[in-house]
Amino acid sequence: MFGRIYALIVKEMLLLWKDRRMRFVILMPPLIQVLVFTFAATFEVRHVPLGVWNEDGTAASRELVRRFTDSNAFDFAGTIDNPQALRDWIDSQKASAVLHIDPRFSADLASNRPARVQLIIDGRRSNVALIVQNYAATIVATYNRETLAAGTLMADAGPQIEVRAWYNPNLDSQWYILPALNALVVMVMVMLINALSVARERELGTFDQLLVTPLRPFEILIGKVTPSLIIAAAEAFGILAVAVFAFGLPFRGSLPWFGISFVIFLLSAIGIGLAISSVAQTQQQAILGVFIFLAPAIILSGMATPIDNMPPWCQTLSLVNPVRYMIDLTRSLYLRDPTVPLILHQLWPMMVIGTVTLGFATLLFRRRLG
Amino acid sequence: MNRLLRPRRLLALLRKEFVQILRDPSAILIAFVMPVALLLLNGYGLSLDAKNVDFGVVIEAQTPRTMSLYRAFVDTPYLAARPYYTDSAAEAALLRREIKGYIVVRAETIRNLANALKPQPYLIVVDGVDANTARIVEGYAVGVLGGWYQREATSNSPSNLAPGVQLEHRYWFNPELRSTSFIVPGLIAVVMTLVGALLTAMIVAREWERGTMETLMASPASILEIMLSKLLSNFVLGMMAMAVSVILGLLLFQVPFSALFLISALALGLFISTIARNQFVAAQLTFITTYMPALMLSGLLFDIASMPHWVQDLTHIVAARYFVACLQTLFLAGDVSAILLPNALILFCFAVVFSLITLRRMNRNLEG
Repeated sequence: MFGRIYALIVKEMLLLWKDRRMRFVILMPPLIQVLVFTFAATFEVRHVPLGVWNEDGTAASRELVRRFTDSNAFDFAGTIDNPQALRDWIDSQKASAVLHIDPRFSADLASNRPARVQLIIDGRRSNVALIVQNYAATIVATYNRETLAAGTLMADAGPQIEVRAWYNPNLDSQWYILPALNALVVMVMVMLINALSVARERELGTFDQLLVTPLRPFEILIGKVTPSLIIAAAEAFGILAVAVFAFGLPFRGSLPWFGISFVIFLLSAIGIGLAISSVAQTQQQAILGVFIFLAPAIILSGMATPIDNMPPWCQTLSLVNPVRYMIDLTRSLYLRDPTVPLILHQLWPMMVIGTVTLGFATLLFRRRLG
Repeated sequence: MNRLLRPRRLLALLRKEFVQILRDPSAILIAFVMPVALLLLNGYGLSLDAKNVDFGVVIEAQTPRTMSLYRAFVDTPYLAARPYYTDSAAEAALLRREIKGYIVVRAETIRNLANALKPQPYLIVVDGVDANTARIVEGYAVGVLGGWYQREATSNSPSNLAPGVQLEHRYWFNPELRSTSFIVPGLIAVVMTLVGALLTAMIVAREWERGTMETLMASPASILEIMLSKLLSNFVLGMMAMAVSVILGLLLFQVPFSALFLISALALGLFISTIARNQFVAAQLTFITTYMPALMLSGLLFDIASMPHWVQDLTHIVAARYFVACLQTLFLAGDVSAILLPNALILFCFAVVFSLITLRRMNRNLEG
């Protein structure tokens, strides 16, 4: 029996490796995606073009403007002197934000009245707008504390807030996105391989040949699963090495648990791929099935936006998505050395998904035979 | 030219393509079921607005003032505040992942409130594993504290504190900063890239794999005609898919539409399919060149200007980037031709370039 399975594994391995293009597609895209998307996925906002409409023009207001333009968040885009220009600049995205200082600014400040300053922000990109608002608030708060406390005005010490971020002290976006990509990128590849493997054999008619060999459906399953599991697991460790050595991420969890988690996760992904493959009549249908699964699975994985933010029905739907658990797990393994109960808490749903889908695929193999 | 492009032959080929599409349920599935499902899921699922984030407030001493600060945290819709009485209790809750962060309000800090000259330190701790949420939570917490301070300052001792500079925010186009109104227009771009490229890539790759492409090429039809027929038939199908998405977008989220983007997506699909005759390669390439970049590099989720320069350069070859810019402007700002025209022009170039490359490659394939 083991000889038979071994022979099938060798055959499947050869299929994956003999084609130069296939080899390229298995190896390169995951690596390229990790490299590019890690750099792309930044939640920090820099170089926001800032227009300045300063109707006050005194030293106090120029100091405030200087604090805005000197910060990393804003780039000085130019000065504006009328409401029409303000509208044009924001409309054409020449400026994403405009700082408007009232003519009474310094007078108000001197007479201890609130000196109002407006920041008009382009709300089309709400993700940027929210962050820009926070930056601006910080700059104004610092300005208030430093210039007002030091000057002749009232000494307002105000709250001194110290912020500590555990596990990721600088709140580096790369530390957030790379562990997620590690799980996601490998899954995309492994699902495509598996969804296509049975469908292609069926389209070419070789699947019937496979079924009439002494191999039992269960053995066929093992033969199909093993090669892609080996390749994908190796790739997962490869990405881990890139993350730690090239991007300087910490790895605080344990390597054996990383391996175990990935094997279980990959088995559940392979299970879904094979289940799709055994239902599909043609390769095209199989690919379609994978895409229909993958596209929402990526959204509902918590990779880019947290699952907690989603409406309840989306959260419920995400429960059948193995990536959801794995991304949580890789993030924990990279950054916080999770306890075994915390790991198992994410592992068991993937085991259930894997068992169900792999069982389903085997059943379908058998039925085709009969 | 006449030999290259005869209307009669093109019409015949077009008919063949349409029959092929009509008889293949999977093309219909790609064109209609997929966009609807993706739009619904992504439209509701991709949300950057964090609300009701579990947050701890460590209260060392229960005085009226600390309770008023605690209520400020309870009252904000963005945080779901829970009281803790010691640092270690809150820390344990963070470790168990029950809360995303906590603020420590010391008894001494509250005693010092009356005297602005005495230090008033606060400590905010956030769970950095989800760096994005951590940053948002930090912002919320600082905001709540700042708001409370201002209220306290005006109600208790107006003469004691100088108001200083007060910043007001005005958001144009999207006053509530709902991220769905920002994301949904971009989403149509993402979904249509996938649909458009997938339609053509899969259909042509299948012809190669089954050997029917050679049959087509051996017919009197020219390469240009074959390509045009594939592009046009899928364009009609894609436009119908787009129409479905747009109707849905209008009903649920309100969104406009564009044809140029679809052409470039279709042309990209054709291009991929001529490189990759094998369906696995075609599928993998389609996914990697369309869906993921459209999601990550189009400015939909992450700000392009904040990326490193080489990644910014890369985003220029992502067609969805231009479409996202167009859609967001159309949707939220109305017709602003200064943004629409250049972006539309670039999309047009994409369509032309991809089509030309495809033509050349198909020619070479025939010779080889």
